Amino acid sequence: MTTRVLENLRIVDPSQQMDETGSIIIENGKIAAIGQNAANQGTPEGAKVINCKGQIAVPGLVDTRVFIGEPGSEYRETIASAGKAAAKGGITSIVTMPDTNPVIDDVALLQFIQRTARDTTDIHVHPASAMTKGLNGNEMTEFGLMMEAGAACVTDGRKTLRNAAVIRRAMTYARDFGALVACETQDEDLAAGGMMNEGLLASWLGFSGIPKEAEIIPLERDVRLAELTGANYHAAKISVPQSSKVIRRAKDKNLNVSAGISINNLTLNEVDIGEYRTFFKLSPPLRSEEERLAMVEALADGTIDVICSSHDPQDVDTKRLPFPHAAEGAIGLETMFSAALRLYHADQISLMRLIEVLSTKPAELYGLNAGSLRVGASADITLFDLEMPWVHYKDEIVSKSKNSAFEDARFTGKVLATIVSGQTIYSDE
Amino acid sequence: MSFPHRHLLGIKGLSEPDIFYLLDKAEEAVKLSLQREKKTSTLRGLTQINLFFEASTRTQASFELAGKRLGADVMNMSVGNSSVKKGETLVDTAMTLNAMHPDMLVVRHSSAGAVALLAQKVGCAVINAGDGAHEHPTQALLDALTIRRMKGKVGRLTVAICGDVLHSRVARSNILLLNALGARVRVIAPRTLLPTGIEHMGAEVYSSMKEGLKDADVVMMLRLQRERMEGAFVPSVREYFRFFGLDAEKLSYAKDDALVMHPGPMNRGVEIASEIADGPQSVIEQQVEMGVAVRMAVMETLMLASGRN
Repeated sequence: MTTRVLENLRIVDPSQQMDETGSIIIENGKIAAIGQNAANQGTPEGAKVINCKGQIAVPGLVDTRVFIGEPGSEYRETIASAGKAAAKGGITSIVTMPDTNPVIDDVALLQFIQRTARDTTDIHVHPASAMTKGLNGNEMTEFGLMMEAGAACVTDGRKTLRNAAVIRRAMTYARDFGALVACETQDEDLAAGGMMNEGLLASWLGFSGIPKEAEIIPLERDVRLAELTGANYHAAKISVPQSSKVIRRAKDKNLNVSAGISINNLTLNEVDIGEYRTFFKLSPPLRSEEERLAMVEALADGTIDVICSSHDPQDVDTKRLPFPHAAEGAIGLETMFSAALRLYHADQISLMRLIEVLSTKPAELYGLNAGSLRVGASADITLFDLEMPWVHYKDEIVSKSKNSAFEDARFTGKVLATIVSGQTIYSDE
Repeated sequence: MSFPHRHLLGIKGLSEPDIFYLLDKAEEAVKLSLQREKKTSTLRGLTQINLFFEASTRTQASFELAGKRLGADVMNMSVGNSSVKKGETLVDTAMTLNAMHPDMLVVRHSSAGAVALLAQKVGCAVINAGDGAHEHPTQALLDALTIRRMKGKVGRLTVAICGDVLHSRVARSNILLLNALGARVRVIAPRTLLPTGIEHMGAEVYSSMKEGLKDADVVMMLRLQRERMEGAFVPSVREYFRFFGLDAEKLSYAKDDALVMHPGPMNRGVEIASEIADGPQSVIEQQVEMGVAVRMAVMETLMLASGRN
């Protein structure tokens, strides 16, 4: 194996609280030395040296909530195409959701994802296991076998478990196998018929809304059950400040509870829906601007732990429909990082904290071997230019589906190269 | 002046002069409809397609007659039961029709926003004949024309809209239009039938007919869909009628010469008592008459604006 040296970089690594200029020495796909230290060591003999002046290196980003069409809807997205999109967005590890067809609720299916990923993509793909068989909300899947086979967590994907007794037992059982229980929380009945955030905008558009209580009530239930069972619980996609308060209280009680948020709820609001733009029909729905700002604050202050893309490819057959009939979801792998940098450029969050919630923390919560540039770690690195302006044009989208909520968006900060296990798998030409 | 819009998708976006332009034009159409020879050649050679994804006898007939009186060729398509069931999407239906080169599409759909989506995909003028709970602009225009003809003005009148505002496109369009013309709008309904944020939509909110109708110049009743009466939004028909149905006693709280309006079709004995619907203050039949005139005015105006007449 060759040795590569990236030099003259600014390195930001939350796992070792490092923010310094220096070099990264990569040997055999692993970090051999990093930082000022590495620069002082001098170049190892025969090493390939790359001058990265002006660039920032961070641990490869980790996206813990990615919906893919494979198996079942390969025309929308395959593992291979999602891998390319992720690489372009600086993401080196993804956790894939089990809501595919068939549902990932069996070891053989989990292994299908792992094998396909190994054969068709360069990024690290960690499939999540369904929490209940066929996402039926009743019967537990084989948590033990699934975790042993390498499942990243147990989750019912887009679905919120309705039956409190089922989730209580699942949490109790998951604890013995160290499985993270990741849940979206939206009460089906309260949200029924709702198309977007409940409020004046929805009323004018002629829609029933999704009240914030639809999110808070099942979240409070889950957190109480997490307290009862001692489970490792992750509220995967919260969107309103009252939910942050629930999480904050749980953390103050030292419960094993964490929270994530979709990049969409951090950078967009309900006004973006405009006149019925279905690419902004999302779950959880885009909320008001005040609520968005409160969520950014909760992210900065440590209440929210993780940003996810909630990447959800939908084709024209599910999006070019009247708003009430259109599917929810937007793609996000390619834009998550640049969109998140908006929060940094708006002085709402430090770069260190941003990388922490995009890489180090999700890796830690999901037990992934990622999120750090410590010596000995896998050389998964994202290189970017913090100030480079760019426009996200539709015809440059790599994902098979084009339902981006950031079509024609202007960004400041762009991924220049993505390195996985020492290999450059993407570079911005 | 000219009319600066290509489609009529809603009252939202129309200015006060736009609205007056249409109402004045409709006055001319009213006169025409009273003559023996009701037909003109204004839109001769133009094709109008009525595309109804949701059944409606009255509105469709009104648009059809309006088009015919202007000399257009009118085709009716009720899509509700055919292509949609075969899985064809709205946009595909729109493209298919567009290829037939119509000059006007009159569209009704059960989904809010569907008519706007369709308007983006076709090359002709689109008139919204009702989309979900969003808008029904010609209904609001015909209501305003009726009020103006009976009262001489719309501005500064007090108009009470009563009933299922939550699910009503008629209510939304009327709130917008009446506010644009400077009327004072009240809504009266049980809270379960009012949309979130109604107090910021340009209406004063009442839950008692007695208070809400006090000194009203116009009482506009809304239709309550049968499936919403049996426990989901209100407990029962008799309870609804007792508290929110318009009867002689409740109407007595309004001004003595208050107009009683209803967009039809009525549920007699649910939202309105028969004696009121047929009584001297009722202008429900005039509304139907004004409907044809307003639709003629809208079509002629849009064709003029697009240079097709």
